[in-house]
Amino acid sequence: MDFISILSIFVLACFVGYYVVWSVTPALHTPLMSVTNAISSVIVVGALIASASAAVPASKWLGLIAVALASVNIFGGFAVTQRMLAMYRKKERKDA
Amino acid sequence: MPEAVHSQPAWVLLAYLVAGVCFILALRGLSSPESSRRGNITGMIGMTIAVVTTLATHSLATMPEIIVAMVIGGGVGLVIARKIQMTAMPQLVAAFHSLVGMAAVLVGAAAYLNPEAFGIAVRITPIASPSFISIYPVSRIEMGLGVAIGAITFSGSVIAFLKLNGNMSGKPILLPLRHLINLGTLAAILLLIAYFTQDQDPWVFFTVMGLSFAIGFLLIIPIGGADMPVVISMLNSYSGWAAAAMGFTLHNSAMIITGALVGSSGAILSYIMCRAMNRSFISVIAGGFGAVASGGDAAAIDRPYKRGSAEDAAFLMAQADQVVIVPGYGMAVSQAQHALREMADLLKSKGVRVKYAIHPVAGRMPGHMNVLLAEANVPYDEVFELEDINSEFAQTDVAFVIGANDVTNPAAKTDKSSPIYGMPVLDVEKARTVLFVKRSMGGVGYAGVDNELFYRDNTMMLLSDAKKMVEEIVKNLG
Repeated sequence: MDFISILSIFVLACFVGYYVVWSVTPALHTPLMSVTNAISSVIVVGALIASASAAVPASKWLGLIAVALASVNIFGGFAVTQRMLAMYRKKERKDA
Repeated sequence: MPEAVHSQPAWVLLAYLVAGVCFILALRGLSSPESSRRGNITGMIGMTIAVVTTLATHSLATMPEIIVAMVIGGGVGLVIARKIQMTAMPQLVAAFHSLVGMAAVLVGAAAYLNPEAFGIAVRITPIASPSFISIYPVSRIEMGLGVAIGAITFSGSVIAFLKLNGNMSGKPILLPLRHLINLGTLAAILLLIAYFTQDQDPWVFFTVMGLSFAIGFLLIIPIGGADMPVVISMLNSYSGWAAAAMGFTLHNSAMIITGALVGSSGAILSYIMCRAMNRSFISVIAGGFGAVASGGDAAAIDRPYKRGSAEDAAFLMAQADQVVIVPGYGMAVSQAQHALREMADLLKSKGVRVKYAIHPVAGRMPGHMNVLLAEANVPYDEVFELEDINSEFAQTDVAFVIGANDVTNPAAKTDKSSPIYGMPVLDVEKARTVLFVKRSMGGVGYAGVDNELFYRDNTMMLLSDAKKMVEEIVKNLG
């Protein structure tokens, strides 16, 4: 992909983000922050590429540390979001 | 431009695109609590696609190490997610932001040390001299920006974490000439990134990194506790931009889409928080708010107010048609949400209508109060936002303010000299009676201003720890 296609994806995604985030109900702003946290750890892709190449050891180890840090975020972020979302209940629930 | 190195099979590009779309759907799901759980699962699917695609297209030689790193990180994450108390969510989110920032810095450093693995460099072999690897100039800028934003996110989030977690005072720390130092450092970072395109020497790269760590720290220390909802949203935004910059380096659409989503999400939340405090983003960033308590305290002690007991409160609320509960950060601090829900249940059993009114900046992060009430099993359709409930206070018998202060201060509407003038507030004073739970008369809210509400004829002060007071009221209602 050339720079311009990438830039196009980025600019369009900013607009998508703008409209999607404004449609999030304020009651769910905390889960919004924790889930955006989890998905921004997609940076793990870069960490995996670094760790998969053994050519430069320092780079590999930095990559592995980054994989571990991003994993904390991915698993922790999605799990805590799920835990929070499970708490939101409507009236007249059977289980209290 | 020699972009051929980036060429990946079509299915790989498609897979990353699908992952990006999954992330969009994950956020889309949050438009209502019903669809949100499905959305979160979609997000997990997206992440799985991104990780599996990356692993499938790279060498498997280091697979065992990668799995160990993922298991350790994932295990830590899952334990934290299970154990964390909902009142501690702001700290947790700040800590998670710092990890994203650090991961971005490490990936940037790894890419700098091994650019060929990332396909962002060419090997140049001049005649009669040894060959060397040259990173593409565009990639150098992207990498420099990614590392800089990542480092700012990291050190800024660490400070935010320490402030939110109480390891560091919430009071702003003001250095002399701080605006000059900050602007100078920022300019130096940008100039060095520009210079990096000419010279890929390690000192340039690591100086950018070091200065960015420093500026993240310097930017957050002057910001006071009351502005933390803005800070934490802003750092959320930064972590997104860091991911996007890395996505540009790697030409990875999943990272770019995610980065743009997270970046705009954080920016919008910052805007919502600033609007809810009637402050400009610049004034929050400049810091110093709440550094000096205004002279209102002395007057506060002398003014007469009505003091009530739990018994009075129970009696008043049991007689009411409608009670609106206004929770704030104080409720979270004393963990009163469960007792509060018990009180609401008892009132409902007596035929009283109970609603909750939430100000956007109640608590230390956007939506914090909603989560705490949800945790205490308060149905979300009893919880209302400021603009939806404000017109109802006039028909409300009792407004029960617990742990909130500045967000109920009528001075924001009338007193032009007040530091919070113009901030949208909950019109609790329009209720027939205001019950105000507060630890003592001495303390003031984060803005450091006295609250007119305490001295009104229709206000009754319930001076006690929030949780103890609510438990007392529950006893009297039972």
